[in-house]
Amino acid sequence: MAKFLSLHDAVAANLSDGDVVAFEGFTHLIPHAAAHEAIRQGRRELTLVRMTPDIVYDQMIGLGMAKKVVFSYVGNPGVGLLRRLRDAVENAWPVPLEIEEHSHAAMANAYEAGAAGLPMAVFRGYRGAGLADVNPNIKMVECPFTGEILAAVPSMQPDVTFIHAQKANKKGDVLVEGIVGIQKEAVLAAGRAVVTVEEIVDNFDGLHPNACVLPAWTVSAICTVPGGAHPSYTHGYYGRDNVSYLEWDDISADRERFTAWMQANVFDASPEDFAGRVTKFRNAT
Amino acid sequence: MSDATPEEMMTIAASRALRPDDVCFVGIGAPSAACNLARLTHAPDITLIYESGTIGTAPNVLPLSIGDGELCDTAVTTVSVPEMFRYWLQGGRVSVGFLGAAQLDKFGNINTTAIGDYHNPKVRLPGGGGAPEIASSCGEIFITMKQNQRGMVNRIDFFTSFGHGDGGDAREKLGIATKGPTLLVTDLATWKPDAVTKEFTVVSLHPGVSREQVQQTCGWPVTFAENVETTPAPSALELTTLRDLHARTKAAHSGDAA
Repeated sequence: MAKFLSLHDAVAANLSDGDVVAFEGFTHLIPHAAAHEAIRQGRRELTLVRMTPDIVYDQMIGLGMAKKVVFSYVGNPGVGLLRRLRDAVENAWPVPLEIEEHSHAAMANAYEAGAAGLPMAVFRGYRGAGLADVNPNIKMVECPFTGEILAAVPSMQPDVTFIHAQKANKKGDVLVEGIVGIQKEAVLAAGRAVVTVEEIVDNFDGLHPNACVLPAWTVSAICTVPGGAHPSYTHGYYGRDNVSYLEWDDISADRERFTAWMQANVFDASPEDFAGRVTKFRNAT
Repeated sequence: MSDATPEEMMTIAASRALRPDDVCFVGIGAPSAACNLARLTHAPDITLIYESGTIGTAPNVLPLSIGDGELCDTAVTTVSVPEMFRYWLQGGRVSVGFLGAAQLDKFGNINTTAIGDYHNPKVRLPGGGGAPEIASSCGEIFITMKQNQRGMVNRIDFFTSFGHGDGGDAREKLGIATKGPTLLVTDLATWKPDAVTKEFTVVSLHPGVSREQVQQTCGWPVTFAENVETTPAPSALELTTLRDLHARTKAAHSGDAA
C-alpha cells in the first residue's frame, strides 16, 4: 500500500546500490526530481533501464552511477546525441558502461510481459536487424501453431520503477494521463514503485471512467514534487522546457562544465527547487 | 516559385508522395516536416502517428521530440506505447513508415546505431528506437535525407533497420511480407528502387540539379533511370505553407513557453 513520503525517504527506502532501476517516461512525465535525489544519495553500480534514456540518464551515467544501461533509443530528442553517455561508451569516462540495446517494440513488449508475469515477450520483430547479432538477449522462436519465426526477449522486471504522474488521491491511487507511454507497465512490472506527483487531491470524482489509474496497492511510495518532471512536462500542468534540452547539448559537451552544472543544479539543490523551474511553462499545456 | 532551398525542395517533394488516405508512422526530423506539410496541403485527412502513441495527430508546430504535448492535445486518440507497437504497427494498420537516416546504402538499409564497430564505436549514435519494426511492419517505407558522402555510403556500418538487404528478394527470404523502401527523397533528387535489383535509382532531379551533383554527394555509383524527369518546382502554396510551419516552430521552440 502506498506510503506518503518525502522524496528523500522514498528514494532511501526503495533504491539500493546494484539495483535494476527504471526511471520511466516517454518524453512526458520523466521523473527528473527522483533521479536527482538518487544522485544526491550517491547510489552506485545501478543497471539503468529506460526505453528512451535522455538527459537525466546522461547525468547519472556522467557521474559514474551506472554499470549498465538497457535502452532502445539513447539521445536528446530532436537535439542530438547524449555526450556523457558517448564519453562513457567510447572512452570509459568516468567508468566503463555496459550496454544492452533493443528496439522500442522489444522494450515495450518486455515491460508488458513483465507486468503480465511472463518470463519473456514474443513479437514479430528484429527481422534483418543488426541488434539481433550483437545482443544475446534477442532470440528467435518458432510459433508452435503456424511455424512463423518470431522474436523473443526476456521480460523486463526492474527491482524498482520511478515515474512521475499528474496526481494522487488521499488513498494513494495515482492518475496518469496524456502520453501515458510505458508508465503503467513499468510500475506493474517492478518489485517496487515510487511515484512523484504534482499534487494530492481529495478524490478522483468526475474522472473519465477509463482513466489510467494505478490503485494505491500497486505503488510503494508517493511523493508530492511539483514540477518534478522538469525539463520534461506534465500534461495539464506545465509544458516541456525545450530550451533546457537544447542547452544540455552544450553543458554536456565538456567534462568540467558538466561537473560544475551538476554541483550547482543537483547536489546544491533540493526537490523543492523544481516548482520554480516550471513557473514560466505553466500556461503552455 | 524558384527560390526554394534544396532542403525545402526535399521536404516538399517528400510531402507529395503521401496520399490523403495514408496512415503514416512519422519519424522525427525531416520526415516530420514532410508529413505535416502533406497534411497542411493536399492530404488534410491523412492519419499521422508518432511512436509516443499519438494517433491522428495534427500539431500546429513541428514537435521537437516524438512526445511533445501538442501531439497528444491534437490527436484523435493517444494509446500506450505497447499498444502502439503491438496493435497498430505489428497489427498491420500502418500504410507508410517515413524514416530519416544517418547512414543509408543503395538498397535502403539504414544505420542510426553506430559509426565504426558496434562494440567499439567511433561515434555512438542514438540507435533505432522504433525503426527496426517500422521498417518491417509498415506497408512501405519512404526515406528522406540530405545527400552527402558520409551519409550515403557503399556499405553501412550497422543494419539498424532492414531495407532490401543485398537486393533482389532479400526481404522475402527473411519472411518479411511488406514492401520495404519504395521511395527516397533527397535534397537533390527523387529515387525509387529498381523493380528487380531493388537498388535505388534516380527517377527525378530537382530543378537545377545536375547528374554530377548527385554523384558527387553519393558514396555509391549512381544509377539513373532511363527517363529521368525534372521534379516539379514548389508551388507558392507549398512553399509558403512550409515556411509558415517552420516559422511557427522556431518561435515555439526558442525563447519562452509556446
